[in-house]
Amino acid sequence: MSNIGSYDERIKNFDWNIAEKELDYEPGNPINIGWYCSDRICEKGFGNKPALIWEGSAGNEKRYTYNDLRLNSNAVGQFLRDLGIRPEERVCLFMDKIPELYIGFLGILKMGGIAQPLFSAFGDESLFVRLDNAQTTAIITQKKHAPKVRKIMDKMPYLKHMIIVDADPSKPLADREVAFDMEQAEKPEKFTIHPTYAESPSVLHYTSGTTGQPKGVKHVHYSLISQYLTSKWVLDLQESDIYWCTADPGWVTGTSYGIIGAFSNGVTQCVLDAGFSADNWYRFIEKHKITMWYSAPTAIRSLMKAGDEVIKKYDLSSLRHLASVGEPLNSEAVIWSEKVFGKPFLDTYWQTETGSMMITNFPGMKIKPGSMGKPFPGITATVIDSETFEPFGEPGKIGLIAIKPGWPSMMRTYWRNEETYQKKFKNGWYLPGDRSSIDKEGYFWFVGRDDDVINTGGHLVSPFEVESALLEHPAVAESAVVAKPDFVNMEVVKAFVTLKPGFVGSKDLDLEIMNFVRKKLSPLAMPQEIEFIDSLPKTRSGKIMRRILHAKEWGEEIGDTSTLEND
Amino acid sequence: MDEMQEIIKAYVIKEYVEDDTELTYDSPLISGGIVDSFSMVSLKRFLENKYKISIPDEKATPDAFDSVNKICALVREYVK
Repeated sequence: MSNIGSYDERIKNFDWNIAEKELDYEPGNPINIGWYCSDRICEKGFGNKPALIWEGSAGNEKRYTYNDLRLNSNAVGQFLRDLGIRPEERVCLFMDKIPELYIGFLGILKMGGIAQPLFSAFGDESLFVRLDNAQTTAIITQKKHAPKVRKIMDKMPYLKHMIIVDADPSKPLADREVAFDMEQAEKPEKFTIHPTYAESPSVLHYTSGTTGQPKGVKHVHYSLISQYLTSKWVLDLQESDIYWCTADPGWVTGTSYGIIGAFSNGVTQCVLDAGFSADNWYRFIEKHKITMWYSAPTAIRSLMKAGDEVIKKYDLSSLRHLASVGEPLNSEAVIWSEKVFGKPFLDTYWQTETGSMMITNFPGMKIKPGSMGKPFPGITATVIDSETFEPFGEPGKIGLIAIKPGWPSMMRTYWRNEETYQKKFKNGWYLPGDRSSIDKEGYFWFVGRDDDVINTGGHLVSPFEVESALLEHPAVAESAVVAKPDFVNMEVVKAFVTLKPGFVGSKDLDLEIMNFVRKKLSPLAMPQEIEFIDSLPKTRSGKIMRRILHAKEWGEEIGDTSTLEND
Repeated sequence: MDEMQEIIKAYVIKEYVEDDTELTYDSPLISGGIVDSFSMVSLKRFLENKYKISIPDEKATPDAFDSVNKICALVREYVK
């Protein structure tokens, strides 16, 4: 029997206080995610239960019980407090998927800080704009990533500490650098957890938009209510589950469901800190007897590409429930997973700003392959007209996805950017920026983004950021960046580039520009294809008409070109 | 050790290794997290430019790119 039972019954009788009661939370009392994910599980008698089983790329393994989680996060919290870091100061986590990332996250929350996780593959420019916006006080990182921080340290006087979790004792540390060895650190049995409340800030995740710099999405400790319950009802986390969330906590799935949802439900979760390989993933499932697997369409399509033969080498019979997030899960992938694993991947739709699942497929519900599913109980979602912002009265029409604000994990603002936050609301609806339709049975069907943001492998990339980086290359005069269709990643970054006099487009220049963007921003933002052209399509007022380039890549009608400069 | 192994290893170190990690010809590049799946595109482009070859996308798998030695074996299939 699944945790949710009957979806229809849950819809009828829903109230978020279901989660509050299960978590023994009384409104008005302190609520601290760090405590709920470690101490509370121990108090319920599960201190010796495995919480985190971690495996590195070399096959090395580390195991932590819930009591280890509690003591180690106490150690992190105490260390930060002793450094003088105060509640609500931002502490960045800039690490691979190592135990210090998961436990450090909890430690920051326990001492009242705001955790700011950033993807460790970010280049120095991407890192700088996010730390600068947040005015981050401390960054916790590994020695392998420290050079990127050192490169921008002088520009960040507010960054008081770079904490290195695996510093080489034989090498001296520079000013503002400090070593912290979690395994060796003193682990206080008693740690005074900062009394955060429902609206106290907890996590700052950065996401990209069409224009402007990345936005810091501010979440609060009350988000736990949504994350706990969606984990329980959609991921169907049960006491005996061995859970694997493949997402990196540098992104929101990795924190909402790779840390908070998993640990607040008290399950055992496994983490594989290694690059993708079909063989290695299946081996990991077999070895740890994974029962619940939450992954992403890009990974699923990569597994499809690797073929079915490799699956036969492994015993994957432990799997009982699969779910997916990041970008729309195409029907072929759902059908394939049913064929090879005996169960479909259930698509879940949500985003950084929503903090938890909004529209999803549920255990026990009829699955329509390719559909996003239905709204989570307590979530009022619909599709509205893009001009009147009124809901459509009939099924099948394509419009903007709209959600009534008010669920517990809704972002509270964009950090230092309230104006942009307010623009996300129209006519009393929150607009995630995606288009879909709803069929007669109430299932949502994803159509696409409502802006130029590129969704590559489930990660949003701003064309503005990539264009800005391209312009810093000495050969580039102008650039326009659009999404290009891709089987595995759904979309990848494509750049159209005009060159300055004296430069000629060549394969070597193409590679040089690719690597330039990769190191400056991230591998995700690196154009997978660069096309050198003589001029970009522009309006008579000089604005680049990105939609013409986009249409060309997608084989779509170009549409109205009456404002085209060279028309 | 041959020239191709050295050239490819040196390129990987220059472009993808952020610290002083030691790399051998058999070090796992993709599964070891040194080169991610997005960056594989730039590594493939380097090989194609350097050796004047075209590697079909279906051959450019994470497994085929997982070490310098595996990459060398792949490149040799296409070098005339």
